[in-house]
Amino acid sequence: MNLFTYERASDASGAIDLARGNAAARYLGGGTNLVDLMRETVERPDMLVDVTGLPGGIEPRADGGLLIGAAATNTALAADPHVRTHYPLLARSILAGASAQIRNMATVGGNILQRTRCRYFYDTAAACNKRQPGSGCDARDGFNRYHAILGASPSCVATHPSDMCVALAALDAMVQLDGPGGARRLPLLDLHRLPGDRPDVETELKPGELITAVEIPPLPIARRSTYRKVRDRASYAFALVSVAAALDVDDGGMVREVRLALGGVAHKPWRASAAEAALKGRPATAESFRAAAEAELAAAAGLRDNAFKIELAKRTIVAVLTDLKGEDA
Amino acid sequence: MSAHSDPASARPGRWQPAVTQDPILRKHGAQGNGPLGQPVSRIEGPLKVQGKARFAAEFPYEGLCYAALAFSTIARGRITTLDTAAAEAAPGVVLVMTHRNAPRMKAPSLMMSSPTAAGASELPVMQDDQIHWNGQPIAVVLAETQEQADHAASLVRAEYAALPAVTSFDDAKKTPRQLDNILGQPPVVEIGDAEAALKAAEVRVDQIYRTPRHNHNAIELHAATVAWTGDELRVHDASQLLDLTAGQLADIFGLEADKVRVSSPYVGGGFGGKCLWDHQILACAAARLAGRPVRIMLSREGVFRIVGGRTLTEQRVALGASADGRLDALIHTGIVAMTTHNSCPEQFTFPTRHLYAAKTVRLAQAVADMDMVANTFMRAPGESVGTFALECAIDELAEKLGLDPIELRRRIEPDKDPTSGKPFSSRHLIEAYEKGAARFGWDRRSPTPRQRRDGEWLIGMGCATATYPYHRFPGGAARIRLTAGGHVTVSTAVHDMGMGTATVQIQHVAARLGVPLGRVTFEYGDTTLPRGVIAGGSTQTASVGGAVIAATEVFVEELLKLAGNDSPLAGLSLADVETRDGGIGHRDDPARFESYESILRRSGRDELSCEADAPPPAEMEAFSMHSYGAQFCEVRVSEITGETRVSRFLGSFDAGRILNAKTATSQFKGGIIMGLGLALTEETNFDPRTGRIVNASLAEYHVPVQMDVPSIDILYTDIPDPQAPMGARGIGEIGITGVGAAVANAVYNATGKRIRDLPITLDKLM
Ligand SMILES: Cc1cc2nc3c(=O)[nH]c(=O)nc-3n(C[C@H](O)[C@H](O)[C@H](O)COP(=O)(O)OP(=O)(O)OC[C@H]3O[C@@H](n4cnc5c(N)ncnc54)[C@H](O)[C@@H]3O)c2cc1C
Repeated sequence: MNLFTYERASDASGAIDLARGNAAARYLGGGTNLVDLMRETVERPDMLVDVTGLPGGIEPRADGGLLIGAAATNTALAADPHVRTHYPLLARSILAGASAQIRNMATVGGNILQRTRCRYFYDTAAACNKRQPGSGCDARDGFNRYHAILGASPSCVATHPSDMCVALAALDAMVQLDGPGGARRLPLLDLHRLPGDRPDVETELKPGELITAVEIPPLPIARRSTYRKVRDRASYAFALVSVAAALDVDDGGMVREVRLALGGVAHKPWRASAAEAALKGRPATAESFRAAAEAELAAAAGLRDNAFKIELAKRTIVAVLTDLKGEDA
Repeated sequence: MSAHSDPASARPGRWQPAVTQDPILRKHGAQGNGPLGQPVSRIEGPLKVQGKARFAAEFPYEGLCYAALAFSTIARGRITTLDTAAAEAAPGVVLVMTHRNAPRMKAPSLMMSSPTAAGASELPVMQDDQIHWNGQPIAVVLAETQEQADHAASLVRAEYAALPAVTSFDDAKKTPRQLDNILGQPPVVEIGDAEAALKAAEVRVDQIYRTPRHNHNAIELHAATVAWTGDELRVHDASQLLDLTAGQLADIFGLEADKVRVSSPYVGGGFGGKCLWDHQILACAAARLAGRPVRIMLSREGVFRIVGGRTLTEQRVALGASADGRLDALIHTGIVAMTTHNSCPEQFTFPTRHLYAAKTVRLAQAVADMDMVANTFMRAPGESVGTFALECAIDELAEKLGLDPIELRRRIEPDKDPTSGKPFSSRHLIEAYEKGAARFGWDRRSPTPRQRRDGEWLIGMGCATATYPYHRFPGGAARIRLTAGGHVTVSTAVHDMGMGTATVQIQHVAARLGVPLGRVTFEYGDTTLPRGVIAGGSTQTASVGGAVIAATEVFVEELLKLAGNDSPLAGLSLADVETRDGGIGHRDDPARFESYESILRRSGRDELSCEADAPPPAEMEAFSMHSYGAQFCEVRVSEITGETRVSRFLGSFDAGRILNAKTATSQFKGGIIMGLGLALTEETNFDPRTGRIVNASLAEYHVPVQMDVPSIDILYTDIPDPQAPMGARGIGEIGITGVGAAVANAVYNATGKRIRDLPITLDKLM
């Protein structure tokens, strides 16, 4: 960990001012990821701007949606009664992540911007294009069980590790940003990037931009939604594959609407649009579920250790949809 | 006054291992042993929960500075550039030590190569520019705070001239090396022509089993606080190896043995990992260089880099049987990864030497040399992974024979040790199976796989044998001190890594001398005390037992002398008396008795102190002495994802006399939990391209978490071993043995899939 200064901001403009023009400044949420990366000298900020004092409320909106301040803790969000009733997939995704202690510290903004768990990214002795552009990728032919099967590139096969973001991706969440260039909104799905040949550029955030809030649009079908996470131990492990889903089946047994997103499979939370398209208007049967999963994973490619995740993702999609359909009956 | 015994003399009434029994066994049963066996809570518990128990990294010193290490990033070669300027210039830095300025030190010698050897490796420590493994310390930074030291260590820059390194096991095993012994035992055991018998057998199983590397991950990180006063070295260590550490440090630094004092009253988990590694040596060297006391506490990554773990194994088990379930051939061979600078060959054939009767036997193990940190002992080295292979194969054979796996074990139960031919001191394996099976509901298991399910979850049951040898290490001594007030203090430099050593020894001494628990103190954890044995190989309790028996004999003899002719004990000798009710009494005459205090008072003394060495462990030569157990597991395996969840576990043990029901149960359970990690989650990712451990973190190195652990039921036979002190055979390690196989066999019963390659991760079951 190198030397840095620590500042606390009480509002967005204050935070932005503190960090303005300083490429080596970082916003600090709960610090559960950033401080770890600083200890490993992967992150070397010279200034931390603590944004946990910024708004962190969880407010229902007139349209039935929800506005979540970026400083809300993961614990608070998962425990929120509105979230639990209207967006169970979101509450479950958060509770499937990390540990109670970490969730107590972690903020919504920090969770969205947490960085990959690829061990070659963490180990400064390894080659990593994300950490050091142009140095190569030791993960591609190394230990890559937790790595991407979708959307990877020759320069990077890392995954985005967040569980919460998978639910947000399924919910079409919008992220509110503020920064030196002013405030703007961005769909969460457009916030994270695929690695391409610049895996070091992970998001569409501009320099100094701050996440101030997350909007969740109303989605009545999300009352019947869930999150299933498949991992190497029963708790406290990152997803090998996870599925966030909401399903609405009409009286004729046809899929009226479906939301499906995958975690643990790509450099960003992965909205399974191909699967959704394949399902809409189709009978809610095991066959259609499987066909939709096949459609989504058609472009998947496995590496040395993670090829099993292609089939695992398909099976988990089918299982989750089958469960959701069953709740209907 | 103080008396010391002569261990060679065999006077009447003395315990003669292998010939007579520990007199405490006479008290078992009718008379009872008072506190022995009772579920007494750990006496240091209150101190620990109040934060008052001081661990190695918690000792304050005037002028203390903090150490951090920089590690090599190649596996083999030479340091060409070592730039420490930035580190030296960083705030708070006291000094940077490298091979260029480190004091000259002798290399450690390998543990067991001499009575003071404690080296996990015999490589010199920071004495030259040579790199032997990826992660080797290349610099030590001392600074005023830990944060400053950590930061400065990250500024050390090194360049290397790399040499070709052997970092792939597949390459290494092409040139196996035969050892001339495996921990003193022959590396090859052959009875008859096992390969021929296998070929001729009616039923055969012949499989390869693989187990991965594991790393030590005790909660307490490896740490030491060290201080020099002139030529005297004081080390607060986290150690299960006190006297050896002191002796080895004296040797390394060229000091008289009595100039080094090491203490370690509390250790936050050992499991074989809390021995002498580079960090203590480097801390002592850096402290000498700086002329200031030093605290070193490894980071979690540091533990992965410089403390070895369990090595990987590739084992073949081949069983040939007659149709009625007798073994014609028992073959267990294989290879493990090791280095040329250590000696820890993961004795996986050891359990097979003693478990089952077979007409022919072939056991052999070799090593494959790799460039890596010295692998080391980790809870039941050998037995943990050896029982995985053997007990899976036995399960496979039972299935082929159409026999219940417990019935097969009944048929191959030997009446004497199958390879040494020695009589068993005490063996109740089948009884343990029967008790366990009844409690577990083994009769509900379907002999055919895939018969039980709950939704997507397939349910299965498996069992496996647990076994671990009894050892009593020679060389330990104990002192008994009695004060006029009737308080007894027993002292020996042994260890309590949280398993309850002090608690159990207090119970032991109270029972042996017939005094209340509250009148006994047990002093341990400090090399100023009478020499102790290591806390390893599940030997400590029995070893202390042997020394305390000897010291008690001297104590009684001294008291009889002091009692003189005015005592009801007049004219009695050791052979005539026993210790009871706070004094000495005639064995057969309740009226002839005098209390310890009375004897002291009458002789005008305010204290009596007696010390003795344990008699040599002759019982181990005369008998085959092992603990046994039957592990029962129920798993649920998702047919969709392949996730395995252990839903029930039961361990039924035959480990001799149980000395404390509570701490023993914890040891068994802890071993089983560690075994669940071995079975399902733990694996060190050793990158064969670089020899670097990739998952050097508890986030990615998966030990079982709370939700992975079901309720665990523990049973034990509690049958005293007539040859062991207190009848107790040691319980620290047996818990982990057999667990891998019990889980794998349950997974097979649930799914119909045999996984012979640990850990059993979900991809293997999809
Ligand atoms: C052992 C362990 C296990 C874990 N397991 C899981 C798991 O299973 N599933 C899972 O999803 N997560 C897991 N996590 C990750 C955890 O969820 C994240 O660390 C946490 O959500 C990050 O939130 P934070 O507030 O602490 O972020 P910080 O560490 O404070 O920040 C993370 C990043 O976000 C930036 N940042 C923070 N707030 C803002 C803001 N408002 N605007 C702009 N930038 C911002 C920071 O600059 C930094 O780059 C685990 C973490 C650990 C340590």
